[in-house]
Amino acid sequence: MPLALFQILYFSIFALQTKTIMHPTSKWLFTFLMVLVVANLAAQTRVSGIVKDNHGRIIKGVTISIKNSYDGGASDSTGKFSFKCYDKGLQTIIAKSIGYKTVQQPIVLSGTPLTVNFSLHEEINELTAVTVTAGSFEAGDKKRAATVLNSLDVVTVGGANGDITNALKTLPGAQQVGEQEGLFVRGGTGYETKQFIDGTMVANPYNASVPDIASRGRFSPFLFKGTVFSTGGYSAQYGQTLSSAVILETIDLPESSQASASVSSVFVGGGLQELAKNKKSSWGINYGYTNLALYFALVPQGPAYFHLPEFHSLDANFRIKTKKGGMIKYYTTFGASNIGIRRPNIDSSLLNNAYGIINYNWYNNLSWREYLGKGWHMNLGSSFSINTDKINLQIQNQLNQRAFTNISYIDSINTAITSHQDLSQVKAVFEKKLSGISAIRFGGEYWYGTVKSIVKDTNHLLTDNFASVFSEADIYLTNDLAAKIGVRGEYSSQVNQFNVAPRLSLAYKTGAHSQMSAAYGQFYQKPENTYYYYGNQNLGYVKATHYLLNYMRTTTLQTFRLEAFYKRYDNLIETPPTYQFDNKGSGYAQGVELFWRDKKTIKHLDYWFSYSYLDTKRQFDKYPSQLAPTFAAKHTASLVVKKFFTKINTGFNFTYSYASGRPYYYFQSVGNKYTVGDEGTTKDYNTFGCSVNYLTKIKKSFVVFVASVTNVFNSSNVYGYNYNHNGTYKAEINPPAPRFFFLGAFISWGVDRRQDAINNNL
Amino acid sequence: MKRVLVIISLLVATVVNAQSKFEDAMTKGLGQLKDAKTASDLTDVSSFFERVGDAEKTQWLPYYYAALSLYRSAWVDKTADKDKIADKCKDFITKAQVIENNADLYCLVQQVAILQLMVDPMSRWQTYGALAKDALADATKADPTNPRIYYLQGMTTFNTPEAYGGGKALAKPMFQKSVDLFKTYVPKPFYPDWGKEDAEKMLAACN
Repeated sequence: MPLALFQILYFSIFALQTKTIMHPTSKWLFTFLMVLVVANLAAQTRVSGIVKDNHGRIIKGVTISIKNSYDGGASDSTGKFSFKCYDKGLQTIIAKSIGYKTVQQPIVLSGTPLTVNFSLHEEINELTAVTVTAGSFEAGDKKRAATVLNSLDVVTVGGANGDITNALKTLPGAQQVGEQEGLFVRGGTGYETKQFIDGTMVANPYNASVPDIASRGRFSPFLFKGTVFSTGGYSAQYGQTLSSAVILETIDLPESSQASASVSSVFVGGGLQELAKNKKSSWGINYGYTNLALYFALVPQGPAYFHLPEFHSLDANFRIKTKKGGMIKYYTTFGASNIGIRRPNIDSSLLNNAYGIINYNWYNNLSWREYLGKGWHMNLGSSFSINTDKINLQIQNQLNQRAFTNISYIDSINTAITSHQDLSQVKAVFEKKLSGISAIRFGGEYWYGTVKSIVKDTNHLLTDNFASVFSEADIYLTNDLAAKIGVRGEYSSQVNQFNVAPRLSLAYKTGAHSQMSAAYGQFYQKPENTYYYYGNQNLGYVKATHYLLNYMRTTTLQTFRLEAFYKRYDNLIETPPTYQFDNKGSGYAQGVELFWRDKKTIKHLDYWFSYSYLDTKRQFDKYPSQLAPTFAAKHTASLVVKKFFTKINTGFNFTYSYASGRPYYYFQSVGNKYTVGDEGTTKDYNTFGCSVNYLTKIKKSFVVFVASVTNVFNSSNVYGYNYNHNGTYKAEINPPAPRFFFLGAFISWGVDRRQDAINNNL
Repeated sequence: MKRVLVIISLLVATVVNAQSKFEDAMTKGLGQLKDAKTASDLTDVSSFFERVGDAEKTQWLPYYYAALSLYRSAWVDKTADKDKIADKCKDFITKAQVIENNADLYCLVQQVAILQLMVDPMSRWQTYGALAKDALADATKADPTNPRIYYLQGMTTFNTPEAYGGGKALAKPMFQKSVDLFKTYVPKPFYPDWGKEDAEKMLAACN
């Protein structure tokens, strides 16, 4: 050892120099020091042992050291370590590794080989700890293990046309419903799924639609950095949604200033995003105009349009980073649309039903996230939205003029509805981090909403003062066992009832990459507004109780998830012919879902597969007894495949979706009840969509060309049937055109890191 | 008087001893780093530097090399858990930055960010791409004459196709700048001294 050698050398010289005149004391000191040096030399102690964790699993790469010394070693792949140390006497030996609590213990080094074994306890750590995953698909890269989809995934799902809802439909739990917008989750209606942006509920997340054709969502996937699609058992922070919550978190500051433009077969748009020089704030503005006139001229559509779908959308935002690292974000979007569609009347070949809808929607969201110090976090959210629909439904003759038949079931179709809806919300959530990563969270929200409608010259006014309080605790007992316990209380003046909804989730880590979780929760929701327009207005909340059991295995590039669920519906709304609406409906849904995503097996190929088995029945609406609802298929499956060829800068995306046939009914009114007059099951649903993205640079601008086709193989799909007035004739509900073609170019100016990163893939 | 002399000599000896003890350790560690071939060699070197760093407490270099050797091990062992290694590297870098913050440490931050990005580039570019870029900006702010900054910048550009603002032509001046700076670059004893050959090789590859 160099130190010891140096000492010997030093003392030898010292001894030589002092030999002749050595003082007795010096002599004594010299001897003592020599002894020390010799002792030093003799005290080479071999220390060896093995390192395991508290479950007895071997840990490699643990650094073992003697405090304040360079001596030590590291555990190898069998957990063993062995090293020599030159210090002696009482020392401290340390074993440490990231993710584990450091262990220190005294050790006496005397030259005799020693065996020291370590058992390290895992540190409770956000990245390695178990997560409560029952019911939810988390997207974004906040937490590596739970990531399922991100915004780039959303836009590259073949056939989804960049629509968040369409992309989420490829995940288990969601139905392939195409005749109405919305996510139909686990036997629930579209109304039972709500979207939340930065904590607050979005009243009108979809563009205005005409009957039997689903519309797109209003929000671009690039607005969001994180998406959680929860198909059950969600947190007490979210209420007024029975079946599912889509929790969207908007992006913070953009990476750079950017200008963008897009041109496509159906829309044109442009935008600007400006990041301040100090990178503390940004603002942006975008405008888009969609007109399907050209497209419909080229691709024939089933229904005839008397006003071709036309949408304007304008959005603006600002984002400010606060001194303490918090964020203030504002986003607003204004949309206007006009659609008019004419379809043959089902009872008379001489007549048409003309449906026109003009919609104005203004949405605002302001949120403030701040760290308050001492482990406290605050999230404030507020939103304000107004939505106006002018709907005109008219019976017209072959000359497209308003016609009167004096046949009540035909003339009654003539309807004019003007509906003006506004909703203001505030929400506050406070969180306190406890020891480790446990936390408590509590808060409340208040909504004020009105709906003013004129239906066939009758005025309706609904006003609701809604308040809720909630509290929730994330408790990590160990790294392997966590619980989320919450409770939510709500009051709605419209319903005039209180409700209390407990929620509970547990998660247990069964291996390094696998875990089991279970969840239970009660969920309440106000009945849909339309029920209040007719008959009895004393309607209570509808209720669902969820039970979930989930197994998940995730590595960075692979995810396997299996979930079983049982859901009970109570107090569903029944609408008998007498208009005496009541809360006596009920139902259930149960099933098993599978999800597998793999980016590993084949390099640069990313695919996921999902399958859902659903057994559900409900008595609600006109259903006279518990029946399988028209929006629920027993078997649903999707396969999504994406491959990016870096050499040609082109990505190919394919999506195949399958759903078994769905039931359909004709309900006949007999006296004061409905009975099933006719019923059946549609044929199976198949669709295969694909898209191609080509990334390139033209002069200083980055350009992404996108081409996509839905339903490539032209499968004729039937979503259900419409019946004539007495159930003697039925007509298929089909998509407006078998295929949708899209061709577009998205151009951006400014530093685009997206491409840098994609190409680091090389 | 003699006694005083003895004591002073002893004190001097201790200080000199400590100094040379650190220097010996650095020499030994750097020698091992140079000779390391397998991932396990590199983790052993990292572990050694970690112990030196922990014992010294005021030296950033051992932590720098602890992180650098571990970072290199992640590339040697294809099956290594890159995220786990990156977390450990970041831990070392943080410890080093508490002692001294400099361009070489920022460069290492960039390298570790790229390491994590490569785990799943398609979904990670947004986070780790930004981290990598910010790290090089910080490095330039700390010392614009550090040649490794331009080498790393050149590598990212080189690996980005021309269509997206990368390519040989754009990378070349970066490598050229790195090579030029290396000509006059004289590292202090034990300071990072890698990159010269790499930059020269890449510059040649750009032609």
